Amino acid sequence: MDLSSFRDPEIARGLIEAIAANAAEIGREVKIMEVCGTHTVAIAKNGLRAVMPDNVTLLSGPGCPVCVTANEDIDIAIELAKRPDTIVTTFGDMMKVPGSYSSLAREKADGHDVRIVYSPLDALALAAKEPDKQVVFVAVGFETTIPLIAASILRAEEQGLTNFSVFSAHKTVPLALAALANDPEVKIDAFILPGHVSTIIGSKPYEFIAEEFHIPGVITGFEPVDVLQGVYMLLKQLEEGRAEVEIGYHRGVAAQGNPTAWALVEKYFEPIDADWRGIGVIPGTGLGLRAEYDTYNAVVKLPVTPPEPKAIKGCQCGEVLRGIIVPYECKLFAKGCTPEHPIGPCMVSSEGSCAAYYRFTDYGKA
Amino acid sequence: MRSDRILLAHGSGGTMMRELIEECIVPDFDDDALKRLDDAASLDFPAGRLAFSTDTYVVHPIFFPGGDIGRLAICGTVNDVATSGATPLYISVGFVLEEGFLVEDLRRVLLSMRDAAREAGVHIVTGDTKVVEKGHGDGIFINTAGVGSLPEGLDLSGSYCKPGDKVLVSGTLGDHGIAIISTREGLSFETSIETDAAPLNALIGNVLAAAPDTRCFRDPTRGGLSSTLNEMATASGVQITVVEDAVPVKPQVRGASEMLGYDVFQVANEGKMVAIVPAEQAEAALAAMKASPYGEDAAIIGDIEEGAGKVYVKTSFGSTRIMDMLVGEQLPRIC
Repeated sequence: MDLSSFRDPEIARGLIEAIAANAAEIGREVKIMEVCGTHTVAIAKNGLRAVMPDNVTLLSGPGCPVCVTANEDIDIAIELAKRPDTIVTTFGDMMKVPGSYSSLAREKADGHDVRIVYSPLDALALAAKEPDKQVVFVAVGFETTIPLIAASILRAEEQGLTNFSVFSAHKTVPLALAALANDPEVKIDAFILPGHVSTIIGSKPYEFIAEEFHIPGVITGFEPVDVLQGVYMLLKQLEEGRAEVEIGYHRGVAAQGNPTAWALVEKYFEPIDADWRGIGVIPGTGLGLRAEYDTYNAVVKLPVTPPEPKAIKGCQCGEVLRGIIVPYECKLFAKGCTPEHPIGPCMVSSEGSCAAYYRFTDYGKA
Repeated sequence: MRSDRILLAHGSGGTMMRELIEECIVPDFDDDALKRLDDAASLDFPAGRLAFSTDTYVVHPIFFPGGDIGRLAICGTVNDVATSGATPLYISVGFVLEEGFLVEDLRRVLLSMRDAAREAGVHIVTGDTKVVEKGHGDGIFINTAGVGSLPEGLDLSGSYCKPGDKVLVSGTLGDHGIAIISTREGLSFETSIETDAAPLNALIGNVLAAAPDTRCFRDPTRGGLSSTLNEMATASGVQITVVEDAVPVKPQVRGASEMLGYDVFQVANEGKMVAIVPAEQAEAALAAMKASPYGEDAAIIGDIEEGAGKVYVKTSFGSTRIMDMLVGEQLPRIC
């Protein structure tokens, strides 16, 4: 697909002018939260905060799956890695995230078998290659990646693999937005809704946010023009006093999403409560394996007892994830906490807002 | 070779090792200095100073679109020596082979190294082979060292960049890194992207002839353009500003990078050169690059300015952002 028009400077400039005109019309402070980590990176990488009018602030939300993973879940992954004859596999960004006392990277350096994979299907291939080992995939991610995990379980079933299992730390987005909308400390005027997640679930699951909380949302893509168009559409809604869920990313998202992919998820998973770092437990926003698939459920099959979880001292990732502070307002930003030596997960993950601010802006850096 | 796989005995120092060297490595490399099988090669060396570099190659997978670990090992060391302005002459090769590695694959690598060496005009003159037990290696690791002759008076360094200089790249960025990642399990793209691994000594020679006051060359391998420019900016105490739209990137590489969440400025290259050249010689340097078979997409991508060691990118619609160095590994996005 040719994306050049979505990077076209002329179109972008036109949108920036339209945004400025709308923002002036609205007059008051407007806070727009992007919920997806890929948006966070796109905004930082393209310098889009700098072209916003003074009264429009783009805030990063809880859209990086690594960042919102609770300490306790990382502790469980670590305990799984400590088991004999067990290989823990996970996406690379999870390796350096500190749990309460350690990280998967540190456990690997200590000799435990932890491996980075690029897809759960790699973990499946490893299980086929190492029949004497238990291969666990530590699954973090939102609606975007969950169908792939479901597909890996389907394939494990087809192949009769009994040494593959999943530790599901998955989370789903829409109800988390409601939790933010309900939080008195968080004052968001509009949401830039996640493009990739919406490819799977469509636009309908967000509509209750617009209806119940009167907060508009626009699903956008990841090119600069996509994001600017999303901001423009949101400001237009605010100016006109509307609150709707609109799709600005028609090339990627249909209103009904991808029902086939989601049906596969529902075959294996059911909603459970999930602990979001910085936000707490949000009912129904996790996905656990259904009881009939216990044989693929790592925490059932390979029970472990993690230590009592402990918060990371001084870390304000929770406030960053809720948009209460921006990364450079955290006392540790660029001081104790850098991508080389991260203290909190928002600085670890390539999609974390602290990492994005650190990589692409001068804020807070000497 | 009687065995189709590498055995531990091939590293033992005995007859099996001699068989591997005499029947496989030496005939495939086909170089007179190597054929003598002495412990040290004795070589003619022209007048001037010596440029000397070494690197070790542990790439996975070892065969990938457009190249393999062997071509990489020769081109990488040739380019490292050539960045000093030297003419690369001789190369040594050390293999660490894993027990069970296919001899057929080794020969593919050897012949690829021979071809790359011929293309670069360098001689593989000495080497070493070790075998490690199965499970203690990744098939094959290669170390290469290279020497070259450096003309008197030529002194290039990343610390010599001056405000007013221009930044050039010899072609499209990111091809190698994306070619490697595209072959990893679970990731496949509709368009095949090939590695750019190439010996650039002739290109560098042409640029130096056209732009004799060139400050430095650097090949943006691991860490990509951003690591290279950040190192130069820090070493010279200057600011570097790159114009995003001026940087050549193949559309399919840009697409794959977007899909994976990679920053194309941080993706590895194996056949590209960055040059810092005084403004008045920049066009001549560019023309010299473009005249080389590996430089047809060369471009002037930015400027050296007064500043304090930082690198900035001017985006296409007027905003500016930092171009930071890669921390750790590039990882695909998961959101």
